[in-house]
Formats: sequence, C-alpha cells, structure tokens
Amino acid sequence: MRETLTQKILKDHLIEGEVTPGQIIQCRVDIALGNDVTAPLAIQAFKELGLRKVFDPERIVLVPDHFVPNKDIAAATQAKTMRDFARQFGITHYFEVGQMGIEHALLPEKGLVTAGDVVIGADSHTCTYGALGAFATGVGSTDLAAVMATGQCWFRVPETMRFIYHGTPQPWVTGKDLILHTIGDIGVDGALYHAMEFTGDTLKGLSMDERLTMANMAIEAGAKNGIFESDDTTVSYLKNRTQRPPRYYHADPDAVYLDVHEYDVSVFSPQVAFPSLPGNVHPVEEAENIPLDQVIIGSCTNGRITDLRVAAKILSGRKVHSDVRLIIFPATQAIYLQALKEGLIEVFVEAGAAVSTPTCGPCLGGHMGILAEGERALATTNRNFPGRMGHPKSEVYLSSPAVAAASAIMGKITHPSRVAGKEAP
Amino acid sequence: MKLTGRVWIFGDDVDTDQIIPARYLTTFDAASLARHCMEDADPTFPQKVKPGDIIVAGKNFGSGSSREHAPIAIKAAGVACVIARSFARIFFRNAFNMGLPIFICESLKDAVREGDIIHVDGDRGEIILERTSERFETAPIPPFMQTLIDAGGLMSHVKKTTSLQA
Ligand code: SF4
Repeated sequence: MRETLTQKILKDHLIEGEVTPGQIIQCRVDIALGNDVTAPLAIQAFKELGLRKVFDPERIVLVPDHFVPNKDIAAATQAKTMRDFARQFGITHYFEVGQMGIEHALLPEKGLVTAGDVVIGADSHTCTYGALGAFATGVGSTDLAAVMATGQCWFRVPETMRFIYHGTPQPWVTGKDLILHTIGDIGVDGALYHAMEFTGDTLKGLSMDERLTMANMAIEAGAKNGIFESDDTTVSYLKNRTQRPPRYYHADPDAVYLDVHEYDVSVFSPQVAFPSLPGNVHPVEEAENIPLDQVIIGSCTNGRITDLRVAAKILSGRKVHSDVRLIIFPATQAIYLQALKEGLIEVFVEAGAAVSTPTCGPCLGGHMGILAEGERALATTNRNFPGRMGHPKSEVYLSSPAVAAASAIMGKITHPSRVAGKEAP
Repeated sequence: MKLTGRVWIFGDDVDTDQIIPARYLTTFDAASLARHCMEDADPTFPQKVKPGDIIVAGKNFGSGSSREHAPIAIKAAGVACVIARSFARIFFRNAFNMGLPIFICESLKDAVREGDIIHVDGDRGEIILERTSERFETAPIPPFMQTLIDAGGLMSHVKKTTSLQA
C-alpha cells in the first residue's frame, strides 16, 4: 500500500529488486521502441551478441521518422539499416514511409501501447504514453539493444511528484499551456529522476490529445516519466484500439509523494517559452510583438488532429504574414488523411502554409525548415535549446498551436483572441 | 579508477543539442561525432580538446534527447570524465551503459578555473585541485552502476548474466 501509480505498474513488472524509491530494479518490458537515429546504434550492439532472434518480434516497434523521407545518403543508410534489421528479425511493427508517423503520435494511435504497460524507447519523448496510464520512459540505444535481447530493463525506482490542476481554463488555454507553465514553475531539472503524476478536476475535461501533449513534455522538466490516472477518457480512447488488454491502476489514497504542486488554471494565459530553455516561460502578453521568420505547427507534441483543427479555425479565411514561413506537419498518415477529409489541408494551403508529409523534420533541426543565423521561429514543438532548429545563433520560442497560428498571421507573437476573438473551438 | 586531466568549464543545462547537434546524427561513427563534440556550446572545443581532458559543468548536464551519440562524442574526443553538479537522467544512464566515467560534485565548479589540473580518484570519491590542493568529495557510484562498469558496460553485463537463446 501507499504506492503511487508509477510504483504499482513497476511492481507488476518486477523481476528482481524492491520497488522502493532509489532502489535499482529489473523489470519486464511490454514494448520497446527505436527510431532511425537511435535504432542503428542499438542494432549494432545487438548484433555483437550474436543472437539469431529478438526476445519477441511483436513487442519491438521501429519507426523511421527523424530524417525520413531520407534527407541525404547518410540518413538513407541509417533508415536502411533499420529496415533490413526489421525484415531479418521479423519485427511486426515496422512502419515504412507512407504508413508511418512521428513515433509518439503513431504508437498510441495504432493501439500499440496500453494502460498499465511498461514501455521503453530509445527516444526521450517516450514519456508521452504516460497519458494512456502507462509507465513509459526514454532510454539510450544500448538499453534498447539489451531489451531487444532480453525483454528486460533496469530502472531506478523514482520518487513521485504530484501535480494537481484546478479550475476551468480560459479560452485558448490548452494542455500545452498547462505543461509549459508547470515547467516554467519547477524548472528544467525540477523533476530530475522523478515521476510526475498529473491529476485534478481540470484534467478530467482534457482530451486525450492534450494529455499526450502534457505527458510528452515531462522530460523537459527532467522527469523519468509523466503519468495520468486512467478515467473515462482513457477507457474510450483505448476501446477498439488497443491490441492488448489494458490494466488500469490507481494511486493509493495515502500514496507517498515527494511533493505536491497545485495550480489554479483559471488565471492562466496562453504560455510561451522563450529561448533557449523550455523552462523560460512567460504569459503570451509578455511575448507579444516579437517578430518571427518562421512558424512550425506539428511534432509529437502538437501535431495531432485536434491541434490541426485549432490551427485551421484560426487560419481559415486569413493569410499568413508575408514575412513568415508557416510549415505544418501532421504527425501521422492517419492524421494527415483526416485533416484532408475535414478540409483542413485546403485551409492551410489557401492561407499560404507549406504542408508536409509526417516527419520530425524541423523539430530537431533535421531538414524541411532549418533556420539561418539570426532567424527566429515560434514552434509547437517541445524544445528550444540553442541550435535546436538550425544555426546555433537562431532562436526558437515554444507555444500552443493556437498561439502559433495567430502569430503566423500577424508576423509576430500574438494572443489568439486578437485574431480569432474570445471563442475558442 | 584514477584520472588526472586539464579542465574545461561549461555552465548549467548543457543539452545534447549542444553536445552533438542533430545535424550530425546521420552517422554514429565515433570519430566523426568527436569532430563536432560540444560544438554548439563552444565552436572551438573540438580543436582544442586533448586526450585526457576533463569537462566540469553545472547542473543538469546532458539534458534533452536520448541520443547516445552525446556520450560517444565526448568519449571519442578523448575526454576522460565529466564532473557536474547533476546529470540529466538519460545521459546518466547512457554514460554508465557505455563506460564514460561521470561524477557528481556540487562544490568543484565554483573553485576550478579553465586550464586547472585536477586529480580524480573514483574509488575514494575524491577530487584534488592541483593549484590550491583543495579536496572535493564526489557522490559514491551506486553499486549496480559499479557492476556495469566492472563488467565493461551494459552489453557485456547482459552477456554474462542472462541466459540468451541463440
Ligand atoms: S517530433 Fe521532435 S521531439 Fe518528437 S520525436 Fe520527433 S524530433 Fe523528437
């Protein structure tokens, strides 16, 4: 008893050790993930073991998304390494260009991750799946190699920090604003090594897309994982989608937390993270009038269908400012198709935006929208470190899709209500 | 483990994009990564770093992405160890999994100057600053991490301890 959500899930996957904060334990892993940057390193390490099979070909997920469609010959070689491995070892869940999406949008959408899972990914934003009630955390390539061989991983049992959100958010205030505010409050190492447990009446009204956005950025506070308690929204999201039965866990009422942070969200404005840390957060009012060269809407943080709907609502019948390049990335093929069917893509193109096939692309300064020296971008992504989107002397601000769309129209950072009124969709 | 080296100083929150920018991630060849090590934090670092040098940094070193390319680049650049006030968790994991020694030390950063020589004794958990003969303590390495180091990294540990089906 007296256990947090994270501790309960770890306990049910325990192979060796004691689920006490600070202890190192060995756990069973339900799903292990790699991408075109991290998997090739893992594959090399795995091959050095000389094994002829992986622990379970249905529990490994490989997604080329960072530098695909292949950016150059080196990127093509990495993607091929992963593809060849997937074929050789019969990996069920390998997603080729044309079916893929950004990994952290794709796995929940395809039902590959479910409530109660332990998921590791050789990508720091693996923490996204905490929105589904899973324990999910980013690891390195060598960890991925070890899991591919054994189905097991070592973890240091984290302490849990509890985040409680009360009140009704104002128009245009979204899950992205809640998590930006939280990171601004506790700092980029405020949750270092710890689990973040998100709860409170505000979150009951939050869509799964917004929860995924919040859990996605737990790593930006240094956390091991971010996790939501399952509720009706979780159950209905997983219904008819998940490929394995979900296991719903709840924290004990007397669970022991490292500390508790409470927020009244009714007073929040849309939030903006200034360069060059995701914790350098200010209300949008303090950012207004900062001129922009580029706006990016997309990524594993905010490239889902509800994000695109908000952007389309603001961009509809309006034009992108002549000084700004607006680039929009639906996060998966299914989201792209849905946006097409709903007429959102037409809205974007008519507004003067460039719309791309799913890829990580500019989010990590990979391709498709790199910044020159001195240029400034506003992005719905999760990181704004120096050089993140291109030249080391370029700048990135972070915001929600609503702020990004409004800012693209005005050519400078702008509160969405200035463009589209007080009524958010 | 005993190391002696010349110090390079970095600040707080040095993230993996500064350690090895994503634009170089189309390879995992260690020597190519080393040529861009710490480039976005200090563009001249790859030229001036010498084998055996030591990086001393502030809090949250290695934050950001899970890329193992970061400890690989640092190790391949010849850096003997990294000493910081704290490390981001995935970087911490990766460093042990790959065999790059790292030490947590709160007080060294404020005492040390760039170019200073320091002596690190990993077993005793102490660092000596040659210029002033001052002594600093480092946090002890957790026993499991020590097992990983002794085994020569995670993969060798897996090989030794797990019965794998060929
Ligand atoms: S969209 Fe950006 S943050 Fe998300 S997985 Fe891709 S590179 Fe990483």
